[in-house]
Amino acid sequence: MRERRMKTPLSEEEILSLRSGDFVMLSGIVFTARDVAHRRLIDLIGQGRPLPFDPKGQVIYYAGPCPTPPGKVIGSIGPTTSGRMDPFTPQLLALGIKGTIGKGKRSKEVKEALIRHKAVYFATIGGAGAILSRYVKRASIIAFEDLGPEAITELEVEDFPLVVINDAYGGDLYEGHRFQLPLDDKGDPQ
Amino acid sequence: MRYVEVKEVKETVKRLFLQANLELGEGVLEALKRAREEEKNALAKRTLDLLIENALFAKAEGLPICQDTGLAIVIMEIGQGIAFKGGSLREAVEEGVREAYSEGFFRKSVCHPFSRKNTGDNTPVILHLEVTEGDKVRVIVFPKGGGSENKSLAQVLPPYAGREGVVEFVLKTVKEAGPDPCPPLIIGVGIGGNLETSSLLAKKALLRPLGKPNPDPELQGLEEEILRKVNALGIGPQGFGGMTTALACHVMLMPCHIASLPVSVNLQCHAHRWKEAYL
Repeated sequence: MRERRMKTPLSEEEILSLRSGDFVMLSGIVFTARDVAHRRLIDLIGQGRPLPFDPKGQVIYYAGPCPTPPGKVIGSIGPTTSGRMDPFTPQLLALGIKGTIGKGKRSKEVKEALIRHKAVYFATIGGAGAILSRYVKRASIIAFEDLGPEAITELEVEDFPLVVINDAYGGDLYEGHRFQLPLDDKGDPQ
Repeated sequence: MRYVEVKEVKETVKRLFLQANLELGEGVLEALKRAREEEKNALAKRTLDLLIENALFAKAEGLPICQDTGLAIVIMEIGQGIAFKGGSLREAVEEGVREAYSEGFFRKSVCHPFSRKNTGDNTPVILHLEVTEGDKVRVIVFPKGGGSENKSLAQVLPPYAGREGVVEFVLKTVKEAGPDPCPPLIIGVGIGGNLETSSLLAKKALLRPLGKPNPDPELQGLEEEILRKVNALGIGPQGFGGMTTALACHVMLMPCHIASLPVSVNLQCHAHRWKEAYL
């Protein structure tokens, strides 16, 4: 098990140094977004309007936290199941998102997009929302406040624990083997 | 006839949900610690450490163990010698949930199936009422998250599938779920009855304290076999690999139709929490 420390925004060089199975402690800014927020981001892209944050090199965390109790930075904030965001992820990766954080399997389309756009998919610890809130140093809602727990929140995290599931080379920790791009007639990756 | 004020029901439901969301159910922390000792995979050990730390931190800080504070399930076993007074029983249960989820800073996770509009107060409650003998009321509250419920399955197998078919169905369900339901799991299996009773049995099977053996030796053997085979799948904590895919398998069984073999698998994540009280 390799352990790494990284800070957002993530560069292409940093992404390419990661391999599935790596344990990463991430610091810097990450943005929460889950089901409905994703639909709205895709609508904005479709309308040619800017996103609420510059996606270049940024990381999206699939999470909908508990309400913040008095005196705390944020309530419990663990990952939600990533698969539900699969239909929207390739478009966001194309815009420069370099990492997504969640739990559970990704689709073939997402794995392909990770290779094409040189990005990674991280899992964090599902069901450990209380302890994960301790790694969040600051939180502010930046868009879609009407969505309550599903609003987009900018989080400043420090040493947030992550595991690389899908790397930019097709490595897949869940499958225990390398995922490959489909090949064309000549045997080259499409 | 003994009278119970519905206000007392409301206060009990509220108190139990406020506790349940912050604390693992009986035997779960011990099972996690035992799994940590036996686990060989480095990433799995690290993950189990974080889960144990999370449980201790949640309790100490008064934070929910998981941000998914779930649908609010309430199971009430009502003695037939009881009568409720002072208002609507259902409304009292709903109000108990409303107050707990507001005062506890718990996430409200209930919405319309199509519009996805949040009901705003984590109601309606999933309420199961049963009549029993005697004059006591048993109240069980069980907040259950969406991730593990999403991967649960029910099927009516043909009778010839037998015990082997049931084991195969459980293994297939766990394998296809992979990392998504947040392993290490507690696997509830309901066998027999019909479609809805097998599902209810699977849910109730989850509520046996971990480490407490099944009173039926035949079912105990079935539970051990399933657990052994599930942990040989290698999914491991959070699907990162390892030998701890499930902490326990609990089975409940009842007779069924001569034409059917219903089986339900209710997967539960490691953040397994429930509380109960008697009135």
